[in-house]
Amino acid sequence: MTAMCDVAFLLLSFFILATKQKPPEALAVKTPTSVSAKAVPDKSIIITFTADGKTFLALGDDTKKEAVVKNLNDTRNLGLSEAELNKLAKAEFIGFPINQLKGSLNISGTIPADKMPGIPIDSANNEMVYWLKSISNAYAGTEQSKLEQMLLVKGDINAHYPIFKSIKDAFKDNEIYKFRIVTDGEAPPVGSELYNSEKKN
Amino acid sequence: MAEMDTSSGGGHKKGPGVKKQKKQSTRVDLTPMVDLGFLLITFFVFTTTMSQQTAMNMNEPKNDSTNVMKVKNSGAMTILLGKANQVYYYYGQLEADKLSEQFKSSTFKEIRGLIVAKKKATNIDDLMYIIKSDSASTFKNAIDILDEMTICGVPPGHYAEADITPQEQELIRQTELANGVK
Repeated sequence: MTAMCDVAFLLLSFFILATKQKPPEALAVKTPTSVSAKAVPDKSIIITFTADGKTFLALGDDTKKEAVVKNLNDTRNLGLSEAELNKLAKAEFIGFPINQLKGSLNISGTIPADKMPGIPIDSANNEMVYWLKSISNAYAGTEQSKLEQMLLVKGDINAHYPIFKSIKDAFKDNEIYKFRIVTDGEAPPVGSELYNSEKKN
Repeated sequence: MAEMDTSSGGGHKKGPGVKKQKKQSTRVDLTPMVDLGFLLITFFVFTTTMSQQTAMNMNEPKNDSTNVMKVKNSGAMTILLGKANQVYYYYGQLEADKLSEQFKSSTFKEIRGLIVAKKKATNIDDLMYIIKSDSASTFKNAIDILDEMTICGVPPGHYAEADITPQEQELIRQTELANGVK
C-alpha cells in the first residue's frame, strides 16, 4: 500500500509539474490539422484570423516591435507620438485599421482583442500589405532568413477561403514567398504513402 | 492500510502518583488522502493534451507572367474545393463539349484514392495537381488538400494553387444544384 501510494503521488507531482498551463486565449481560433511535425517557434509574428473574418497581428519578437511600429508610423505618416508608439508596440494584438490606430491608442486601458474591429484585408484596402512591408523593413538585410522562420499564419477552420487568399496576397506583394501555417499535429493516416515511408526509416 | 504513526516514542516514565491514562490511538487514516491523490492523477492524465501545435510550411509561387509553367494535359489533375466540404475534380483541360463527363464531384474521403491513382498512372515528370479554391470553401479545406498532397507523397513542385476561373465556378454552381448541396 505504501509503495502504491508513493507511486501515485510521484505520478501526480510529475503531471502537475509537466503540464504547461495554457493561458486563456484572447482570440478563439480553432486551427486545422496537418501531418506536419515541426514545432512552432517561441518567438514569432502571428497573423491570426477568426471564423468571422477579423484579422489581427501579434508581434512576438520584442527586439523588433518598436522598429516595426516606427516604420509604419513613418511610411504611412500616422503622426503618432513617442508614447503612442510605445503603447502600440506593447499591445499583444494589433486589431485596428491604420486610420483608427491613433484614436484607439488614446483610449485608456487595453481593449480586449475580441472587441477590436480587426485589420482590414479586403482586396480594395489590404492593410496587411503595409504591416508586412514595415515588418520586412524592420528585418531587412541579414535578418531576412530569421524573419521567414517567424512568420506564422493562424486561422480558424471555418474562415472562408478569400480571407486566407488576401493574407497570401499581402505576403506576395511584399515578395515574401515563404511562411508557415499553425496547425494541430496529427499522425499520418495508417496505410498512406507518408505513413509507409516514415515506417521504413 | 497505510497509516501514519504519530505517537511519540514510548518509554516515558511517569511519576509514582500519576494515573495511567488510557492510551488513545494516534494513527491517522490515510485512505482519503490516497483517494484524493488518485482522483487528481486521473484528472491530470485526462486533461493533459500531449499534442502540440505544429507549423506547416507554405511556399507561394512568384507572380511571374514571363515564366509560366507548362503543364502537360495528360499529367494534370485539377482539384476544386467548393462549399460544404465538397471536392470536384477533372483531368487535363476542360473541353466545352465534354464538360459533364470531365467534371466530377467527390469528397475529402475519396479524393486521397484519386490522387494516389493519378500519381501511379502518370509519369512523375508530367504529374501536376492544380488546386483551386472557390470563395465559399473554408480555410480548413485549403489546408486539408495541401496536407493530402503530403500524405500521398506528392513531391513539392508537383502541386500548385491557382485562381479559380468563372467557368469552373459556374460548373461548381451547377453541380451543387444538381447534387442538392446547400
